[in-house]
Amino acid sequence: MIPLPDLGPDRPLKLPKTVERTLPNGLTVIAVRRPSVPLVELRLRMPFARANLARSTVLTHTLFSGTGELSTVELAAELQRVGGGLSAGTDPDRLLIAGSALVSGLDRFLELLAQVLAGATYPTTEVATERARLADHIRVARSQPAHLARAALLKRVYGRHPYAVQTPTPEQVLAVRPASLRALHAERTHPAGATLVLVGDVTPERAIDAAERAFGAWDGAGKQVDLPPAPPVLPGPLTLIDRPGAVQSSIRLALPAVPRTDPDHAALQLANLLFGGYFSSRWVENIREDKGYSYGPHSTIEHSVAGSLLSGAVEVGTEVTAPALLETQYELGRLASLPPDDTELSQARQYALGTLQLGMSTQAGVASLLSLYAGFGLRLDYLAAHAARLAKATREDVAAAAARYLAPTNVVAVVLGDADRVEGPLSALTPLTRVPGAAA
Amino acid sequence: MTLPNGLRVLLIPDRSAPVIGVAVVYDVGIRSEPEGRTGFAHLFEHLMFQGSANLEKLAHFRHVQGSGGTFNGSTHFDYTDYYEVLPANALDRALFLEADRMRGPRLTQENLRNQVDVVKEEIRVNVMNRPYGGFPWLRLPPVMFDTFPNAHDGYGSFDDLEAATVADAEEFFAKYYAAGNAVLVVAGDLDLAETTRLVEAHFSDVPARPAPERPSFAEPSLTSERYSTYVDPLAPLPAVAAAWRVPDPIADLAAYLPYVVLAEVLTDGDAARLVERLVLTDRSVTSVGGYVSFMAEPFAVRDPTAFLLQAHLPPGGKPAGVLQAIDEECQRIASDGLMVGELARTQARMGANLLRETDSVLGRALQMAVLEQQRGAPELLGELPSRIGAVTEDAVIKAAASLTPSSRATVELVAGGAR
Repeated sequence: MIPLPDLGPDRPLKLPKTVERTLPNGLTVIAVRRPSVPLVELRLRMPFARANLARSTVLTHTLFSGTGELSTVELAAELQRVGGGLSAGTDPDRLLIAGSALVSGLDRFLELLAQVLAGATYPTTEVATERARLADHIRVARSQPAHLARAALLKRVYGRHPYAVQTPTPEQVLAVRPASLRALHAERTHPAGATLVLVGDVTPERAIDAAERAFGAWDGAGKQVDLPPAPPVLPGPLTLIDRPGAVQSSIRLALPAVPRTDPDHAALQLANLLFGGYFSSRWVENIREDKGYSYGPHSTIEHSVAGSLLSGAVEVGTEVTAPALLETQYELGRLASLPPDDTELSQARQYALGTLQLGMSTQAGVASLLSLYAGFGLRLDYLAAHAARLAKATREDVAAAAARYLAPTNVVAVVLGDADRVEGPLSALTPLTRVPGAAA
Repeated sequence: MTLPNGLRVLLIPDRSAPVIGVAVVYDVGIRSEPEGRTGFAHLFEHLMFQGSANLEKLAHFRHVQGSGGTFNGSTHFDYTDYYEVLPANALDRALFLEADRMRGPRLTQENLRNQVDVVKEEIRVNVMNRPYGGFPWLRLPPVMFDTFPNAHDGYGSFDDLEAATVADAEEFFAKYYAAGNAVLVVAGDLDLAETTRLVEAHFSDVPARPAPERPSFAEPSLTSERYSTYVDPLAPLPAVAAAWRVPDPIADLAAYLPYVVLAEVLTDGDAARLVERLVLTDRSVTSVGGYVSFMAEPFAVRDPTAFLLQAHLPPGGKPAGVLQAIDEECQRIASDGLMVGELARTQARMGANLLRETDSVLGRALQMAVLEQQRGAPELLGELPSRIGAVTEDAVIKAAASLTPSSRATVELVAGGAR
């Protein structure tokens, strides 16, 4: 046998050097120099809590549909000239504009974005086109089992909280008027509370100066809007949603979790890895590599501003739906009641620490990470503290976190599948409520 | 460098982040599958993760992730890749893991049956249980091509997957997974002398086997239009995809590149010809995309391959009208040429996208491995932005003029799930 080579000496986590400046209008600009390729990555994040769902969704698709000076096509062409592209997206917490361009075109790139922020016009014809397209995209999404199962889980977990519904209906989208988009834009797209991140082949000072020139005149008025805390995850009967004829069942799980800054977070992150958070987890090794029930189960901790959630997702063959749920309950129960061994824990710890480094090895990775953390009031130094907590978490800490958060009694479960075939076997394992399979 | 056993090795130092990417690419893909064994190249890729001489089942995953890294593999028409990206202190270990399975995976009946089950679930997730599954990459080749290697379903039929045996796997490994048929690339935070020493230590005793002779998969060009229709029972809206043969990507790169540029001229962003016409003006489609090669990897494919356009239509939309508008736009380019600045801005964006793909050490390692394997020219990766930038308007016009209905293969997806 050839022995497994040892790892070289651990290197301390290397954080990129960031420079930050808050402009007089309230816009926070954070810049990092990474000269690997002659590009610059941009992320502009604006708080968007409680914005009307249909309007904010249409807004992301029409934000670049023209300004006072440029039409949709002219704006797209101007962006292309500097090797650039921009897109927008929302979730219940924020509006995020993301893009990249050749660093030689940085000034023009920022100027175009500033023009959009100051003067997006939401022209009637373009809005009509885009909302019709969006309605069709939503119709397609609502034929996809992954989307339907996710939507059902969110509804079940969040009840009446704004996180419960994250995709509007086609009808809601088609009813959005240009005037309401202009009103939403005027009310909510402001520099106060917003964070602009620039990462690329440019010195931070030069990047921030360019941002100040482009965005200095951006109107600073804005209002702070907060969400109520997300409700606790309340366990209950499994929700079975009928999808007649489905060859697979989509199983979705929710469990409680804590925010990044909570003292339990590092131990919970490790417990999640052990359960289903990476390939070498118990869930994957059991139901994929041993039983062959599934291509890939996965669990993850999702952080939102108003609360955190541990979610699990797996697609399994219809005929093995109940056995797959049984193994899932078994793995949660085993983790909640028996401490992990040291080898397994140190493997998960090494993965958690190593992937922190991998995530910061590209311009896009650094930009996305900085922007994400800024949305929670954090900076990259959080990662150094988090790495230290990951390194220190003991077997007892992880066992305690697993017992507290991952216990099978905490689970909220949703199954989307052929109910006539899976209801009987599932009801032998858990109380369940069957609901018809109307689009979510 | 090339080791005595025939393994080609490229080392690409980049000290900008303390990570390394390791890629091993074997010159075997979907087109090399034997008849009656559709999906076998992909199934075999799964078997390469199931243990090897010094590694139990599950050990590969655990060792990569337990070193702080991530891994995967993927099967393409002309190659199969295996890769890891890890903190730089795991270099020695990553090379050991790749060398061990290059010497030979553990091919057992139990592992085979388990991975057949996993692959069937993968096909259900990606094809059978979702709308638009396999559209158009699994649907167009059988319309465009006539020979088994080019036309068959690369994910495989359940019957063929279930019929696969350990003996099939042993034969496939012996024939295609030879050191002489592989390229190893290590990119990232590495020391050249030390990495050379480690590569030699781990890979020198991999037995020398020559690369198998690669057959030509050439087929004659289409001489008349081909059109096929199928019902997707889960799809709520119709869709259509059309494809045309293109010049040989390797033997005639100069004639091939204009098609890669044309795809972006037609479909990249709101200022692109087909987006402006079909999406913004006619509103006859909800989205349109264009690219070269069935997996949209124009520089990782051999002849024969295709230029593709695909569009999703609104409820009740008619593909015939969309195809006609595409023909009109291509003919408009052929007769009127491009607008001022249209080519240059498209090339600028393409150059930026190419650079972006090379920012990660893994992206660089994978692309260079394939360029070395298929062209013996890894340096092409750095030259692509300028090669793309040098494509002339005349060349793009000529490419557009060649996209005629009579040389087109089309697949129409009928929305069986429309309510």
